[in-house]
Amino acid sequence: MADKTMSADEVAGRLADGMTLGIGGWGSRRKPMALVRAVLRSGVRDLTVVSYGGPDVGMLVAAGRVRRLVVPFVTLDSIPLEPHYRAARERGAVELTEIDEAMFMWGLHAAANRLPFLPVRAGIGSDVMRVNPGLRTVTSPYDDGETFVAVPALRVDAALVHVNRADRLGNGQYLGPDPYFDDLFCEAADTAYVSCERIVETAELTKDAAPQTLLVKRHTVTGVVEAPNGAHFTSCAPDYGRDEAFQKTYATTPWPEFAQRYLGGDEQTYRTAAGEGA
Amino acid sequence: MTQVSRAEYCVIACAEAWRDAGEILASPMGVIPSVGARLARRTFAPDLLLTDGEALLIGPDGAVEGWLPYRQHLALVTGGRRHVMMGASQIDRYGNQNISCIGDWARPARQLLGVRGAPVNTLNNPTSYWVPRHSRRVFVEQVDMVCGVGYDRAADAPHHRIPRVVSDLGVFDFATPDHSMRLASLHPGVSVEQVREATGFALTVPDEVPYTRGPSARELELIRDVIDPADTRAREVGH
Repeated sequence: MADKTMSADEVAGRLADGMTLGIGGWGSRRKPMALVRAVLRSGVRDLTVVSYGGPDVGMLVAAGRVRRLVVPFVTLDSIPLEPHYRAARERGAVELTEIDEAMFMWGLHAAANRLPFLPVRAGIGSDVMRVNPGLRTVTSPYDDGETFVAVPALRVDAALVHVNRADRLGNGQYLGPDPYFDDLFCEAADTAYVSCERIVETAELTKDAAPQTLLVKRHTVTGVVEAPNGAHFTSCAPDYGRDEAFQKTYATTPWPEFAQRYLGGDEQTYRTAAGEGA
Repeated sequence: MTQVSRAEYCVIACAEAWRDAGEILASPMGVIPSVGARLARRTFAPDLLLTDGEALLIGPDGAVEGWLPYRQHLALVTGGRRHVMMGASQIDRYGNQNISCIGDWARPARQLLGVRGAPVNTLNNPTSYWVPRHSRRVFVEQVDMVCGVGYDRAADAPHHRIPRVVSDLGVFDFATPDHSMRLASLHPGVSVEQVREATGFALTVPDEVPYTRGPSARELELIRDVIDPADTRAREVGH
């Protein structure tokens, strides 16, 4: 069977300008930040980013790599408003497809199930319809006759997710309380890249953990990256919590200064610069 | 017993949102709604389900009783067995709510959180609101981006309901012929004039406005000694 291990920079090298990226995690939780940092080191631009947004969105937007965002929110959780996303929106620097959290989830499901859309009882009556003039509705063909939003499939060119453990084949395991939507992102993607805290032998995955922790299945995975602290500074329970002090530094440092101080070199340079939490 | 604070009246007003709710999930957002939901769970709404703020359902003593990751939480919303109390950066007389941005959506003066789950919440399960600082900046004639759907835009929505809006000044509902906002009770120490002054639209005010009920001795003890001994509730309203 194929050994899918590769480096984060190899992942970034497989991406192209104009691609649609789906990024796993939620807010400032279990974000594939080592992969995002690799994308920042590469020249790739004009991206469409589909995400339950956190600092992944903030950094890519701050670095000018994003043409369009598809998000229901962007937040750092303990810092409610993402400063770089906010700044980009307020200077009109990024296009936005703003949809509801549930519409987003069913859009991923539609993509994973190769459906063009799924009907959702959400959005109608709200300004989500006004700001997304392309959204269509669908009427129930049964007696109830209710009208729903037909959420289009959120198909992505590449998914980036970060989990606790994985094997070399692409079986990914989460050990925290919430899987978020990482398996769905991989299923909704043409190519999917899984970074993990540690690559282990397949048999070791379920040695001390229940089989339902095996979230991401190898048939949906293109590449596996071992990236210790790869979600830093977002949380990756139970391996580590959010590095709140560093997140505050990120949120309060002007972007050019932050980028120069922490993102000028490779991942090892980042970890050294970011200190013991990284 | 020292005097009941404004924050404590707000806790009671929020807790009352879940009275007789039965075996449903209470989703409070903000400090005072969270204290209120936990108070309701420990007193008059013992069947409520509560989360730890992440993926676990927990009992009053913190014991884990269930698993509710985001994907199940969003599905639970559409099943309707939930009453959420959300925040509102803006809210209008029909209960349209905004947490997305201030100004023109295309290029906002202030980007806020985003629509989050407000559209799906309002069309599927009872949605109440909590406003810690009642002002004309929040209670507006028209919201800039409709996230949570109000009564005037929910005509055909079979599960739409906004049971109450709680602010630091009083409790509001939509029990009027056209479902526009009505003053339901004043927190003790607040006048009708004060509420009118702080509201950017014409509010329905009944001839007789009751005061928000105070906590019982037992409720006060639970709030002060058990649920929120650090008095985080006071910081949210500032008085």
